[in-house]
Amino acid sequence: MSANADTTSTASSGELKVVQDAACTFCGCVCDDIELKVEGHTIKEAKRACVLGKAWFLNHEPEEGPSCRIEGQPATVDEGIERAAQILCDAKYPQVYGLSDSPCEAQRKAVGIADWIGGIIDTTTSVCHGPSGMALQGVGEVTCTLGEVMNRGDLIIFWGSNPAESHPRHFTRYSLMPKGLFTPNGRKDRTCVNIDVRKTKSANAADIFIQIKPRRDFEALWTLRALSRGISLDGDLVERDTGVPLATWQDLMDRMKACKFGVIFFGMGLTMTRGKHANTEALLALTRDMNAHTRFVVNANRGHGNVSGADNVVTWRTGYPFGVNLARGYPRFNPGEYTTSDTFARGEADAALIIASDPMANFSEAARQHLARIPFIALDPKETPTTRAATVAFTVATYGINSPGTVYRMDDVPIPLRPAFDSPHPSDFDLLSKLEQRVKEIKAAAY
Amino acid sequence: MSETFVLIPGRTSKQGCGISEGKFKENYQREINTLQVASEDMQRLNLADGDRVRLTSEAGQVEVAVTAAKKGELPTGILFIAYGDLSSRLMAADTHGSGMPTSKGMDVKLEKIS
Repeated sequence: MSANADTTSTASSGELKVVQDAACTFCGCVCDDIELKVEGHTIKEAKRACVLGKAWFLNHEPEEGPSCRIEGQPATVDEGIERAAQILCDAKYPQVYGLSDSPCEAQRKAVGIADWIGGIIDTTTSVCHGPSGMALQGVGEVTCTLGEVMNRGDLIIFWGSNPAESHPRHFTRYSLMPKGLFTPNGRKDRTCVNIDVRKTKSANAADIFIQIKPRRDFEALWTLRALSRGISLDGDLVERDTGVPLATWQDLMDRMKACKFGVIFFGMGLTMTRGKHANTEALLALTRDMNAHTRFVVNANRGHGNVSGADNVVTWRTGYPFGVNLARGYPRFNPGEYTTSDTFARGEADAALIIASDPMANFSEAARQHLARIPFIALDPKETPTTRAATVAFTVATYGINSPGTVYRMDDVPIPLRPAFDSPHPSDFDLLSKLEQRVKEIKAAAY
Repeated sequence: MSETFVLIPGRTSKQGCGISEGKFKENYQREINTLQVASEDMQRLNLADGDRVRLTSEAGQVEVAVTAAKKGELPTGILFIAYGDLSSRLMAADTHGSGMPTSKGMDVKLEKIS
């Protein structure tokens, strides 16, 4: 797949081209109202984009250099495909990982490759909202789209999340400022509560800031669960455990019961802290509890542009959202056993295919050391510590800027991409399609 | 002389912009290599902006420059650093059966490098 011919011809002629309603894939908000002014292979302006969106669009000119390097030396894409296919087919316990900055069509190909080689398919979800996925399986999730939040939400709670820095248009486009069907006065019709261990920039946008003790989210959430059922609690104990007076929690619970449509957005303050899926499970259960009193929903603030798509695609294909082992010919799901951070840190994986992620910069030292010891393939639009260490490194087109496809917004709404100009580098989809084909040929010949 | 703090790695808009600009470029590197400390803690430990400290967790040890956090943003006893190479080096590999290493709320010992 490549950018459409019209875009290419106009861009290469040097004329100014305008792309309307382009989708920004930097974060999970996937704002699809961006107006791009494009000249050649440069985006000159990204109207309506936030600070992160502007940095995304204005810094993705195609990388210079070859589309493929093998052991650091320039190579053709076909040579890279051949070497990559051999590495994956020779491996006994290969790991396919990443995917959250790649379109659904390419993600689908990656799952296919993992299936053919009898490997593990895992995504960056396992190190962001993986615990939320585990909690969802345990207690379910009462949720809605961001459109419903905009039209109905009158009490908006952010827990362990700092959208002012991670999702800068969250407040203005979806959650706080917009005038909706049942919130005609926008911000004036909403109360915003921010709960965190530090007073982030997002706290400045809130009417109420509740600062809890670090690593005490679980205790705080269970305090609220008890209050939702009218259970009387020991004030001294609550304050000692959460760092917040019981009266503050009671005031919040009164507001939660009194609102018409409550929304909790949560972030990695819950999932990355001690308790992890137990924290998130408590939050999802609290949301469920609140529906005995009023309408209440919960949404995860997802980080990468298509990390929600990765959850969806891996689930369509295997029945599970991440950390899926296909070695026996049928899917097995077990976070902690088949998740990439674990298989690397324990020294189990013997080859890897890393797509649009950077474990060499973001994983634990033990996991990085093991990755450095095994042959692996990396696909990324930019040079990263992971591409530098890869046996086969492919420089790929940037999704949404150079290549089309579908991504899922953080609320699981699919959004089409409208690329601005072609790249000299192949797209993830093109590359993974070729790799899957070659893997199939090698596997077929081995029978 | 070291003192124990709770380290909260997290996202910042500068770190996010730096990813798009390039991970080997100055803006990104500066952001992920700067530790924010509450001004009360800075004063108590006799630290000034730009001083270097050593952080030691159960999993690793890094050296990093400090800066005073904006007034009121950080309570005393808590440190903040943008996600990146250094924060990940302090993270233990064990995921406790979840797939997710404990990446926030880590106990670290801080000592000034003389």
